[in-house]
Amino acid sequence: MTAATAAPDRRRGIRKSFDQHWYAWAMVAPVVIVLTVLVFYPLVNGIWLSLTNTTEANQVAEICRKSLGGSQVCTPNNDPARFVGLGNYADLLSGRVGRFWPQLQITLIWTVGCVFFHYTIGLALAVLLNREFSGRTVYRILLILPWAVPAFVSAFAWKFIFERDSGILNAALGVVGIDRVDWFANTATSLMAVIVVNVWLGVPFMMVAMLGGLQSIPAELYEASAMDGASPWQQFTNVTLPGLRPVSATVILLGTIWTFNMFPIIYLVSKGGPAGSTEILVTGAFKAAFEGIRNYSLAATYGVMILSILVVYSVGYRFFLRKQGEVW
Amino acid sequence: MKPTQRTFQDRGASATSAPATLRRAKGRPRRSSILLHATVIFASAVAVFPLVWILLSSFKPKEWIQSSQITLVKEPTLANYQALLNNTDFLVWFRNSAVVALFTMVFGIAMSASAGYAISRFRFPGKRPLMWTFLITQMFPVAILIVPIYTIMAALGLINTPASLVIAYCTVAVPFCTWMLKGYFDTIPVEIDEAGRVDGLGPYGTFWRLILPLARPGLAVTAFYTFLTAWGEVAYASAFLNTNDKFTLAYGLQTFVPKDPTLPLWELLTPAAVLITIPSAIVFFFAQKHLVAGLTAGGTKG
Repeated sequence: MTAATAAPDRRRGIRKSFDQHWYAWAMVAPVVIVLTVLVFYPLVNGIWLSLTNTTEANQVAEICRKSLGGSQVCTPNNDPARFVGLGNYADLLSGRVGRFWPQLQITLIWTVGCVFFHYTIGLALAVLLNREFSGRTVYRILLILPWAVPAFVSAFAWKFIFERDSGILNAALGVVGIDRVDWFANTATSLMAVIVVNVWLGVPFMMVAMLGGLQSIPAELYEASAMDGASPWQQFTNVTLPGLRPVSATVILLGTIWTFNMFPIIYLVSKGGPAGSTEILVTGAFKAAFEGIRNYSLAATYGVMILSILVVYSVGYRFFLRKQGEVW
Repeated sequence: MKPTQRTFQDRGASATSAPATLRRAKGRPRRSSILLHATVIFASAVAVFPLVWILLSSFKPKEWIQSSQITLVKEPTLANYQALLNNTDFLVWFRNSAVVALFTMVFGIAMSASAGYAISRFRFPGKRPLMWTFLITQMFPVAILIVPIYTIMAALGLINTPASLVIAYCTVAVPFCTWMLKGYFDTIPVEIDEAGRVDGLGPYGTFWRLILPLARPGLAVTAFYTFLTAWGEVAYASAFLNTNDKFTLAYGLQTFVPKDPTLPLWELLTPAAVLITIPSAIVFFFAQKHLVAGLTAGGTKG
């Protein structure tokens, strides 16, 4: 630390005067420690697990059973977990174990579908709410409401609506003469249903973020463009959209990551059904880890694959933004 | 920094004085005004409907909830609420959830406030990598952390305790809170720090005595957001808890959904959903005004 503080500090004003680095480091230390212990150690551990064949059955060194007399008898585990190199990846990617490729496909449809509707609907509502009209505050609060509800509650609320016999959606369809649909009995309707739920859930965040972005666009730009005779649509494409780019870049990136990893909706609403066909990677990993014979190494392999996909995506995304001249 | 952010937001919040948004308020054709209202009314209806429907249904007797004949209100009763509160562990789960969420919130804020300040104000070696770390931790799927954390908790004997959940939620809460608070501190002018220094406060004194009190709205929003995240988390709760008396709401409610051919116990789920939503919705409305500022400030500044 002293070596670094001795380095000439040429920064301006407040930052110049005292031994700052020492101080800054002390202030971030708790967070760094927590991240190291709770995030990086498990991460490394998870990567290691994916290279072994650890399951619930073979993870312990000794297997203990209760004998008839009530005492415990322990025998050494004859087949302890061992290093298997990239075996899990080979199994997962070749489809021998798990259903990686179909699940990836569903994950992509799910993510693209959700983020697309989040963004477009969120942006449209933000543009509307950014205008002056009576009752705006009330509408804003109503529109944010889905955000205030814990996701698992929304999941149950929607499951209730999608219920086959007593659900209000089927009843409404009945009124216009459409037969009852068993929403979770086939892949397409099941996937559509979970996407609808997640769109409902995620629009308020996008809307609020976009509203913040809209309010930071200087009003002069609109005045100037109006003076030049721009139509509302031209204003939207030439002033609003470029002005929203920094916010959009962030929320689309975050939204994609969150949606990709969104667990509760699919887990609770469709339960991956029918027959696991709407399982996304995250719920697939969870089921590998905690249902049936717990296959910890398979779940870890899933995890590493998900993380790799997201890292590649984020780096590509950033590269793309850079190329468009965004300093981010 | 972004001192303008908050003023824009404050303007947006009060509909009466919003020059920034007055753009084409006057002279807008009547037809487009009707269209505007129709659209927002429709969107609001969609936003509110599932909640209203759950609320209405929670007062119906069991037979009418399960009936394929849909009615708005039918023989309203409080029986579902009584059954939920008296015959299930709902209140225990409620308490467990509250404890876990409160502790997560307190730890999250306590640990990240000083880091958020340091990142907002100082330049130090390691700052950019740290910022990136916060973003990258957002990418960590539950899938990769859950098994290692599970084994750590098992080794520490913490499985099936609220502590295991608080620790697990901190993996999400700490980076998130730091990011949010950094954004909020950025909106507080640096001149205030300078004034504090002139008056003889050390950097920690400046942070503690000047900046933290000014950042109260930001702290409140971050705290609330963390609380809500922990309050609604499903995956870790489903993995770490295994006895009825330790369940949080997110897991406990799943016990009302039996294996497939049997229908979910809607007569218990609907009142539970209402009771869970009320407290978070109330707090949410106090916090929502500041959400815009907090989120965009944190999100757009690298």
